[in-house]
Amino acid sequence: MIIGIDVGGTHTDAVLLSSDGIIKKVKVPTDSADLFNTILSGFTQLLDNIDPKNIKRIVISTTLTTNAIVQQSMNPVGMIVSAGPGIDPSAFNTGEHYYCVAGSINHRGREKAPVNKMEIEDIAKKMEKAGIEYVGVVSKFCVRNPNHEILIKRILNKYFKKVFLGHHVSGNLNFPRRIATTHLNAAVFSLHKSFFEAVKLSLEQKGLMVPIQILKADGGTMSLESSMAFPGQTVLSGPAASIMGAIPYATEKQDAIVLDIGGTTTDIAFLVDKAPLLEPLGIQRGRYKSLIRSLQTDSKGIGGDSLIRIKDNELIIGPERAGPAMAFGGPEPTPTDALFVIGLMKDGDQKNAQKGIHKIAIELGLTDKEAADQIFKKCISIILKKTFEMIDKLNSKPVYTVHEFLEGYKISPRKILVLGGPAKYFAKKIEELYHIKTIAVPESSVANAIGAALARTTCEVSLNADTEQGIVTAHEEGFAEPISKTFSEDDLIETAHTLLKEKAINFGADPDNIGEVEVVEFQKFNIVRNFSPRGKIFRTKMQLKPGMIKGFEKILQ
Amino acid sequence: MLKAHHKTGLVFFPAFDWAIDPTHPEREERLLYTQDQVTEEGIFDINGIIEYKPDIVTYQDIQRAHFCVPNEKTITTQSHLISAGGAKAIADAVLNKEVKNGFALVRPPGHHSMRVSHGGRGFCHINIEAIMVEHIRSQYGVKRIAIIDTDCHHGDGTNDIFWHDPDILFISLHQDGRTMYPGTGFPEELGGPNAKGSNLNIPLPPGTSTEGYLYVIRNCVLPVIEEFKPDLIVNSAGQDNHYTDPLTNMNFSAQGYAKLTTLLKPDIAVLEGGYSIEGALPYVNLGIILALAGLDYSGVVEPDFNSERLKQSVSITDKIKKTTDIVNSYWHQRNELRQKAGTPGDLAVRHREVFYDTDNIFEQQKEKVRICRDCGGCLEIDSTARPGQHILAVHIPINACKACAETGYKFFDQADKNKFDNIFLQDRTKNIYEIK
Repeated sequence: MIIGIDVGGTHTDAVLLSSDGIIKKVKVPTDSADLFNTILSGFTQLLDNIDPKNIKRIVISTTLTTNAIVQQSMNPVGMIVSAGPGIDPSAFNTGEHYYCVAGSINHRGREKAPVNKMEIEDIAKKMEKAGIEYVGVVSKFCVRNPNHEILIKRILNKYFKKVFLGHHVSGNLNFPRRIATTHLNAAVFSLHKSFFEAVKLSLEQKGLMVPIQILKADGGTMSLESSMAFPGQTVLSGPAASIMGAIPYATEKQDAIVLDIGGTTTDIAFLVDKAPLLEPLGIQRGRYKSLIRSLQTDSKGIGGDSLIRIKDNELIIGPERAGPAMAFGGPEPTPTDALFVIGLMKDGDQKNAQKGIHKIAIELGLTDKEAADQIFKKCISIILKKTFEMIDKLNSKPVYTVHEFLEGYKISPRKILVLGGPAKYFAKKIEELYHIKTIAVPESSVANAIGAALARTTCEVSLNADTEQGIVTAHEEGFAEPISKTFSEDDLIETAHTLLKEKAINFGADPDNIGEVEVVEFQKFNIVRNFSPRGKIFRTKMQLKPGMIKGFEKILQ
Repeated sequence: MLKAHHKTGLVFFPAFDWAIDPTHPEREERLLYTQDQVTEEGIFDINGIIEYKPDIVTYQDIQRAHFCVPNEKTITTQSHLISAGGAKAIADAVLNKEVKNGFALVRPPGHHSMRVSHGGRGFCHINIEAIMVEHIRSQYGVKRIAIIDTDCHHGDGTNDIFWHDPDILFISLHQDGRTMYPGTGFPEELGGPNAKGSNLNIPLPPGTSTEGYLYVIRNCVLPVIEEFKPDLIVNSAGQDNHYTDPLTNMNFSAQGYAKLTTLLKPDIAVLEGGYSIEGALPYVNLGIILALAGLDYSGVVEPDFNSERLKQSVSITDKIKKTTDIVNSYWHQRNELRQKAGTPGDLAVRHREVFYDTDNIFEQQKEKVRICRDCGGCLEIDSTARPGQHILAVHIPINACKACAETGYKFFDQADKNKFDNIFLQDRTKNIYEIK
């Protein structure tokens, strides 16, 4: 038996699954001031009358770090960045203790200016005096050569509890994002650590001894131990949990849209051949841009509780929420009330819902039923319009080779999977209006917890081989080996494969069931100087795609 | 978070899978380090910098600027079409006012391709700026355009295409043709009889540094642009004036290129040459992008930059000043020069030879242009390529007067099919391209 638990903003969902199906599902209100007790009460209810020895896997998704960012309750941390030529790094300031220092590495990973050890010592002392315990160090192009970061860390070690390095965050280039991500990891580390240590201890007291897995924003899992180096990766795992919960209902070799219709927002995501699309670089929300691998989701401020009003004779739905639906004691009419008036929803205060929609109907000069129908259609058209805009944007993303330009994959969804409370009503109407096969995901209200329970380990490795300099590296993994001039494409792929497998096992993957390896990127270039070939550059990125663990296929039937 | 001062569009098309041949300077790796630098700087995350996907140009797009012999398909690859399409995509973004300015970082380049193109010369097969400019004129009705070519090699292709066009100001700054391919671009090359002075060539001595380069911009290019009053400024942004370029002998720098961009304020910049792919391009391209976006570029300095070592000698400074004076005086005499060039209605004839170094083709041309005070004048070009075809090409310019349009059709109708492999008509007034 396995457990999935998703701590959401308002509810916490937990499921207990066996290979035969759902054994138990639990929904408890989330106490955002005390997530620890929220989780525990979820576990307590779930494990009532269950022998903990039968539990083989636990996956937890929380809003812990997300809340810390939103409430700006992160620890103050120090940041040391070295940039060299380019944009002034003070533009990426993360807060009070942000220091730009000497040292420069170029795009080939060659040192162009050294680190000044005295400068680092001075800064370390200053930060220590200010009470800083955690520090992030990022140098430009550390992905090509991390020596400066490592050197600075050696100096800092004796002053601070933990030092986070930029090149561990990701194999991708993007200095500003790497600074933001390293900062985030350092800033939420102590919160994440104390929280999960407490959770682990309590679960052990309940007799749950299996390793805990944490859900990441890319819809994959990592072990609790490995999460300590990258606590930022747990940000926004909630939307990922839901999308993962929809995957079993997608069709192979087909594209699908996932809509998770919540109270105030609808999350939109895409599946290609049963795998979710990932952000090319990492999570971005408004101004905040990171290198945290993430599912490509976007949300629209519309949901069951969105405020309905009339402005200049026009129906406006959302993005504000005034409270729950009037059918559930709220102050203003909402799309949920419209579903009551249409007659689709029943368990609530029908009269109150009618009263709210009636107000809108009068202003529109329609009958209550007509107004309700118009509201329903408008909700759907708002959501679908945003979805189609996203598809257009995905399909017009820049490409860098002639081959990709001519053969590049175009997303064309054949199916829509709907999650969330009103999923079944929306699914039927969407299909009727848009003639795209649309289904409400079964057990839609706990699909997020199911998604978390079944998510398998994901990870990515980036390798760079340079036969002119005679080295193959994956600095993110602390890997560097000398190579000969004859090092080939196949050698690189083989090395990448080995590293990926090792990383997956470290992240808590089942060694016999690692899942699908995908070469995300492969590039090769001849290095030519003065018209003669000097060597080759090979680059690859390889990943374990987000997907489901094996053995639970029956749940779908 | 960084916010661009002006909205700037970028097309980045490094064509990582296309090369002239594996060790040729124009090969896959050329923009690799530029991409690394630009990506590491997080350029595409800057608020106000928008990345566009390149378009792909059609043969109709090419036919507004060129006579491709025997046809477009034979002398281009998909990469050429996408590179030109990158420039076109940026032009569309600028002209539709989605962005204030834009930069097409594309390859392969195009500024050595002439109106008649039998194949590759100077790494170019089709002229990506000219195709873009003709697209802009046809699609958006923009009349006056200035093209400033800052590649280290004379932009002889663009120069040829707009040679007779008084509505296009073409200025090329380049290393002196006596020391550099293609060996042309001297101050007295001022354009055809109907457009004298709307083509200016400014050869610079080897060793010209940032100081000398910016002197020419301030004392010649900017005043000329101010008088010409273009509706749009295009920069053919070659980057081979850089002090590390392996093919040239100049001493320009990333800071210099960024300042040049700030001074010139191009609406559209299009990458041309530049083959110091590790030491120059990453920094120069970054500098140009930041300058276009109105962002601080003072930190964009090559790691090995040494201003003392790159200082230009007094004799070089003198030479540059003299050349600038000569070019300025030609510019001021442009109206008299056009008056003296011939009697309206007469035909002016020029003979010339063009060598295609990339494809090893030798071309001989006899060109006739109708002298006209009302438009650029119609053209008839009799061109023989070895190896290749013997063709006749008739061009009627976009703002052609009635007499020139009629003369153009007369050229086309009277051409004897038995004498030529192909006879082409390019009537820009009606957007017609015909082969007989």
